[in-house]
Amino acid sequence: MLQREWKHFKRNRELFVMSLPAILYKLIFNYLPLIGLVLAFKQYRFDLGIWGSKWIGLKNFEFFFKSDKAFTVTRNTILYNLTFIILTLVLALTLAILLNEISRRWIKVHQTILFLPYFLSWVVVGYVVFGFMDHKNGFMNVMLQAFGEQPIRWYEQAQFWPFIIVLTQLWKGVGFSTLIYYAGILSIDSSYYEAAKIDGASKWQMIRKITIPLLTPLIVILLIVAIGGIFRADFGLFYFIPNDTSFLYNATDVIDTYVYRSLRIVGDFGMSTAIGLYQSVVGFILVLLSNWVVKKINEDNSLW
Amino acid sequence: MQTESNRMNWTGKMINLFFCILSLALLVPLVLVISISLTDEKSLLTHGYHLIPLQFSTKAYDIILDAPKALFRAYGVTIFVTLVGTFFGLLFTSLTAYTISRRDYRYRKMMTLYVFFTSLFSGGLVPFYILISQYLHLKDTIWALIVPYLLSPFFILIMKGFMDKLPFEIIESTKIDGANEWRIFFTMVIPLSVPALVTIGLFISFQYWNDWWLGLLFINNQKLIPLQLLLYRIMSTIEFLSNNISTVNVQFNLADFPSLSARMAMAVLAAGPMMVIFPMFQRFFISGLTVGAIKG
Repeated sequence: MLQREWKHFKRNRELFVMSLPAILYKLIFNYLPLIGLVLAFKQYRFDLGIWGSKWIGLKNFEFFFKSDKAFTVTRNTILYNLTFIILTLVLALTLAILLNEISRRWIKVHQTILFLPYFLSWVVVGYVVFGFMDHKNGFMNVMLQAFGEQPIRWYEQAQFWPFIIVLTQLWKGVGFSTLIYYAGILSIDSSYYEAAKIDGASKWQMIRKITIPLLTPLIVILLIVAIGGIFRADFGLFYFIPNDTSFLYNATDVIDTYVYRSLRIVGDFGMSTAIGLYQSVVGFILVLLSNWVVKKINEDNSLW
Repeated sequence: MQTESNRMNWTGKMINLFFCILSLALLVPLVLVISISLTDEKSLLTHGYHLIPLQFSTKAYDIILDAPKALFRAYGVTIFVTLVGTFFGLLFTSLTAYTISRRDYRYRKMMTLYVFFTSLFSGGLVPFYILISQYLHLKDTIWALIVPYLLSPFFILIMKGFMDKLPFEIIESTKIDGANEWRIFFTMVIPLSVPALVTIGLFISFQYWNDWWLGLLFINNQKLIPLQLLLYRIMSTIEFLSNNISTVNVQFNLADFPSLSARMAMAVLAAGPMMVIFPMFQRFFISGLTVGAIKG
C-alpha cells in the first residue's frame, strides 16, 4: 500500500516540488495563524505569550456581544455588504451585456475608464471624497451654495454616509466586476448566437436564453464567495472614506474597523481574536450553506 | 432588412451614448482632484473647489517637488516593494495555478482544497499580526510589506481558469519527447500564458503600489513608510509636510503654504504612475481575466 503510494509520488514528484513554495507559504502564513485562534479563549499578555496566557473561557465573546457596539457593527457590516452584492451584480451584469453590444473600437475607451477607479488606493479615494465633501470648500457645498442652498457639514451628519459609502464602493468596484462578466460573455461560443439568429431570436431573447444561463456558473461562483465574506468589510473603504470620524461611527463603523481600533488603540487581543473567529465561523457556515442550496438546485453550478 | 439594420444601429448608438455619459460621470471625481491640485490656494479659499481651475497655479507641485525627501523615500520603498513583490508573487501564483490545472496531477484535489480552505476560514487579524511581529520578527522591516501578499487564492483562481484552457496535448507530447516538468513549465506554459501573467502581474503590482494596510500595521520606522501611508498621514496632519520642507532650508511661511492644493497634488503624485502604466497593458485584460471553477 505504502509502496504503491511511493511509486505514485515518484511519478508526481516534479509537480509536487513545483507546488512546494505554495505549500510552505500557506502553512506558515495561513495555517499557523489558525492556532492563534485559541487566543479567543484566553486573556492575552505579551510577556506570557500565546501558551502562557490564562484561559478565560467565553469571556471575550461575552464582552463583545454584551456591548452595544456588537449589534451596530454587525448590522452595518451585513447591510452594507448585502447592498454591495446586489447592486454590483445587477449593475455589472447589465453593463457587461451592454458593453457587448457596442463596437470594438469604443469598448477600449469605455473599458479603460470603467476600470480606472479600481486602480486607485482607498487613501487616494479618501482624498477624492474629501474634495467633494469638505465643509468649507468641497465641491458639493460649492454647488449647494450656487443653487442658493445652505452648505451641509457632511462629516458630522451620519444620515448621508450610507449613500456616500455605497456610491463610492460602486464607483470604485463596478468596473472590475463588469470586466469579469464581460470576459465571461466573450468566452461563450458564438455558434449559439448564430443559431439563435437563424431561428429569428431577438436580442432580448438571446440575452435571456443564452447569455444569462451560460453566465450562471460564473455568477454563482462570485456570489458564493461574496456571501462567505458578508461578515468581513473592506477596511479601507470604511476607514478612509469617513476619515475615521467618530461622529459617523453609528453609520460607518463595521466589524473590521471596530476590531482594528480595539487592537491598535485599546490593545485588546483576546476580544479582537474572538470577533475574528466569529467572522470566520459565520462566513464559513454561510459558504457551506449557500453551496449546499446551489447544489440542490443545480449540481453543476455549485462551487464544489 | 434595411430597417432592421437601421434600428440596430440606433440602439448601438444609444448604448454608446449611455457609456459616454457613464464614463464622464466616472471621470468627474478624478478631474476634480487634479483641478484642485492645479488651482491657486487663495482662489480655493475664497471660491471653493471647482471642476476647472478658476486660477491656475502649479505652486503645490513646485513646493512638494522642491523639498521632497520624505516623498522620494516613500517612492523608493513602494517601488522596491512593488518590483520584488510582483516578481515573486507572479512566480508563486503561476507555479501553484499550473499544478492544480494539470488534470493528471495526483495531488491536484488535495492541493486545491489546501489552497482555498484558508480563504473560507482564516485566523483573522490578530493571530496574523502576532505571527508577523512576535514570531517572524518582521515588524519594521521591508519584508513585512512584501511577504503577506505573495500568494492570493483569487489570483490563483484567475490564472488557473486561463491555464485550464491550454491544450493538454501539447504538454503531454512534450513530456513524451523527454522534457521534464520544469522545462515544460518555463518553455511551454509560461510563453502561452502571457495574457494571464500580464493581467495578474498588473493586479499584484497594483496591490503593492496601493497598499497602506501592511504599513499601518507593521511600520513605525519613518524610513520605511510606503507612499500610500505617507499620503494618509498627510491627510491627517499637514505639519508633517511643512516640517520636512523647513529642514531643506526653503524660506517657508506656513500661512503661505498651499495646504489644500498640496494635499491633492500629493494624491495625484501617489496615484499617477500607475494610472499611466495601466492603460498600456489593457489589451491583455479580457483574455487574461477568466475566472474558472474551483472544481475544474
